Amino acid sequence: MATVMKKVDAVIVGFGWTGAIMAKELTEAGLNVLALERGPMQDTYPDGNYPQVIDELTYSVRKKLFQDISKETVTIRHSVNDIALPNRQLGAFLPGNGVGGAGLHWSGVHFRVDPIELRMRSHYEERYGKSFIPKDMTIQDFGVSYEELEPFFDFAEKVFGTSGQAWTVKGQLVGQGKGGNPYAADRSNPFPLEAQKNTVSAQLFGKAATEVGYKPYNLPSANTSGPYTNPYGAQMGPCNFCGFCSGYVCYMYSKASPNVNILPALKPLPNFELRPNSHVLRVNLDSTKSKATGVTYIDGQGREIEQPADLVILGAFQLHNVRLMLLSGIGKPYDPISGEGVVGRNFAYQNMATIKAFFDKDTHTNNFIGAGGNGVAVDDFNADNFDHGPHGFVGGSPMWVNQAGSRPIAGTSNPPGTPAWGSAWKRATADYYTHQVSMDAHGAHQSYRGNYLDLDPVYRDAYGLPLLRMTFDWQENDIRMNRFMVEKMGKIAQAMGPKAIAVIGKQVGDHFNTASYQTTHLNGGAIMGTDPKTSALNRYLQSWDVHNVFVPGASAFPQGLGYNPTGLVAALTYWSAKAIREQYLKNPGPLVQA
Amino acid sequence: MSDQDRDNPRREFLRKSLTLIPVVTLAGTGLGSSVLQAAPESTPAPAVPKPAAAGAGEYQPSFFTAEEWAFINAAVAQLIPNDAQGPGALEAGVPEYIDRQMNTPYAAGALWYMQGPFNADAAPEMGWQSKLVPKDIYRLGIAATDQWVKGLSGKTFAEQDSATRDDLLKQLEAGKPQFDAVPAKIFFNLLLQNTKEGFFCDPIHGGNKGMVGWTMIGFPGARADFMDWVERNEQYPFPAVSIRGERA
Ligand SMILES: Cc1cc2nc3c(=O)[nH]c(=O)nc-3n(C[C@H](O)[C@H](O)[C@H](O)COP(=O)(O)OP(=O)(O)OC[C@H]3O[C@@H](n4cnc5c(N)ncnc54)[C@H](O)[C@@H]3O)c2cc1C
Ligand code: SF4
Repeated sequence: MATVMKKVDAVIVGFGWTGAIMAKELTEAGLNVLALERGPMQDTYPDGNYPQVIDELTYSVRKKLFQDISKETVTIRHSVNDIALPNRQLGAFLPGNGVGGAGLHWSGVHFRVDPIELRMRSHYEERYGKSFIPKDMTIQDFGVSYEELEPFFDFAEKVFGTSGQAWTVKGQLVGQGKGGNPYAADRSNPFPLEAQKNTVSAQLFGKAATEVGYKPYNLPSANTSGPYTNPYGAQMGPCNFCGFCSGYVCYMYSKASPNVNILPALKPLPNFELRPNSHVLRVNLDSTKSKATGVTYIDGQGREIEQPADLVILGAFQLHNVRLMLLSGIGKPYDPISGEGVVGRNFAYQNMATIKAFFDKDTHTNNFIGAGGNGVAVDDFNADNFDHGPHGFVGGSPMWVNQAGSRPIAGTSNPPGTPAWGSAWKRATADYYTHQVSMDAHGAHQSYRGNYLDLDPVYRDAYGLPLLRMTFDWQENDIRMNRFMVEKMGKIAQAMGPKAIAVIGKQVGDHFNTASYQTTHLNGGAIMGTDPKTSALNRYLQSWDVHNVFVPGASAFPQGLGYNPTGLVAALTYWSAKAIREQYLKNPGPLVQA
Repeated sequence: MSDQDRDNPRREFLRKSLTLIPVVTLAGTGLGSSVLQAAPESTPAPAVPKPAAAGAGEYQPSFFTAEEWAFINAAVAQLIPNDAQGPGALEAGVPEYIDRQMNTPYAAGALWYMQGPFNADAAPEMGWQSKLVPKDIYRLGIAATDQWVKGLSGKTFAEQDSATRDDLLKQLEAGKPQFDAVPAKIFFNLLLQNTKEGFFCDPIHGGNKGMVGWTMIGFPGARADFMDWVERNEQYPFPAVSIRGERA
């Protein structure tokens, strides 16, 4: 028998970015808020304590801060005809765990969105005609516009303390010749902090990009270029480019995280409680299945606890949001054969390509220097900033040098053809470790009828519940786009005049490789939209089926973006919170009539 | 500094720690003051790395048997040899590192999802699908390799000359010998991965003694403060420091 706890107004599952933002907004609205986080308490101290945190083996290689996949993982197969196998070692993606979630150890590239990507299907149909979109491609519109989201992008940047250079502010050109992005949408305010300094590798990229006719700009980063105090009173110190950023807790209070930027404002509140080591098993529904009554979780001692609540927020990260909906029976599961159902639909990822350029010893790129969100990028081939007509694929890709700091165990690369060991390997590693530039095409990834999530019939988690199953492979459109981007980025690499170049791109026939890290930008599965037949959530991230369940996270994206997702994830969370505060609490029920 | 800032102890801390971090924070570890007072700016990098602090011979393995230990020592010396480029895996203490790792949850497979059913023959893009964990792989892989090598020449791997060992390792790398208990490639890849870990990890884990791995490639270790170096196309001049505060 589960112990039943005292009812709260709102229970939040997961305390990462979305959970923390919702907790702040809902406590401001006067609700009693409880956040349940499956992992341990974590914070700058002791988890980011210098010098202990400067330990590549423990963090990058043994992956201490990420999800404990001995307890729960996903299974993966390339098509419905294959048998899914568990992701036994963390590889392609690294979901977070513990207080702060992936927000504690992310990198900090902090973008908004290109406005056309919010209306992907409409835009492509308008510009290129319906038949341009492949038949099995299921891209659709988010159901919310850039203009509607702008105030929330703006506020999220202030909370995160984001460094960057605006192009236009309220229609006024401010960023020309200063590192602004001419393709960026208009903003109501400049970035809270000026752009960070550029590493030598980013400088080389910017110079070469200009030479080949592209328009380089400074990456917006949630790594501070100076001291900062956010609207919640949280303080940050300037980032020192320590190079132990992605996958690490920032010891300098310089990388935005739920722990540094939001938690300090929540801690003193009497109407807020954070319970770590609380693994939520499911959302409980009443007999009508249209209302949630709370959640059931396992506490740190292994006890089953029932937590009643009026409002349930799933902020457990994309994969877990979708799984919890499936395990709880919220929304109709997607069936790829009939194309019906919504939960699990439109799973999408990131379509990456990487080029490494190797230099002589007089080019000092000092690759141990870096910050996770820092760099120089071009958007000439992102979104729909170029005519897709002659190229026959959907989607775009920003390209950049984002030197986040590379360390010797996992971060050394040598020119193609170098042996993997012995004296020749030693010589090359000594020759090139501090003389190389790595650049990425961070491609958008589209959604397809056959790429989806459901529950695995065989494999289970440590609590005996089915794992999430990912059915996913690269499609022709993805490979075409990837090859196009490699060619365009190759021009930048060549213009740098390197001694050697290595290209990591996709070839026809390549399958999704579960073992090599790509990004943790997983999208879809519980998408937002305007039609309950093709979306699990309405435009306020509210479940169409269970009105007191809201599901913030990239699980709401109908397809993947060219940019990194967290800026849009955060803005959508604030957007959803506003709807809860101003509409839902006054009149609990569906915010959009189906 | 504004009044508001002066009122704020943490902001004060952050400002100060910016320039002083490697010195100030290491002081907190209670390590020898010679390390701490050596401000990076005043000391040029030594031209040659210091010799390794301890020879591999002094360490007594707790996981590997004498035969296995001989194999590990012989194999890592080929993978990262002591050569014109500088010290190799033996000087860096890689065997000690690997032996110590064998007593961690990692080596028992406790960091991985290890529920069956297993499909060990799955395509490589499906990632790790073996039931074997690092401890098993070493035990089975070393025995299988020695048996295979003895079958070829009557001697163990460790008893071969350097050129022969290189050739045997290349065959393992290519997956040539067919072992029943463990695929040769899996064994080789694990050995190579752990060898590089031991060469490049912080010395706190038992490898990279004297920070020879870091010195070879110009990695400054735990300095982690590059504010003044970000934009400079220059060689970074300061030697590596470790978590315990040693200087290379
Ligand atoms: C190494 C790395 C680098 C990244 N870099 C960038 C970047 O540069 N730019 C960018 O935009 N994005 C980046 N990301 C992605 C970014 O971290 C995520 O988009 C963001 O954290 C998502 O917020 P979230 O709240 O949805 O999930 P998270 O922040 O991960 O929080 C989810 C929380 O829910 C908890 N949880 C899960 N299941 C349960 C359960 N059943 N019960 C209770 N709690 C549960 C988890 O433990 C976790 O703490 C990066 C991610 C990683 C891993
Ligand atoms: S690079 Fe900057 S933001 Fe990232 S962990 Fe280091 S100090 Fe923090």
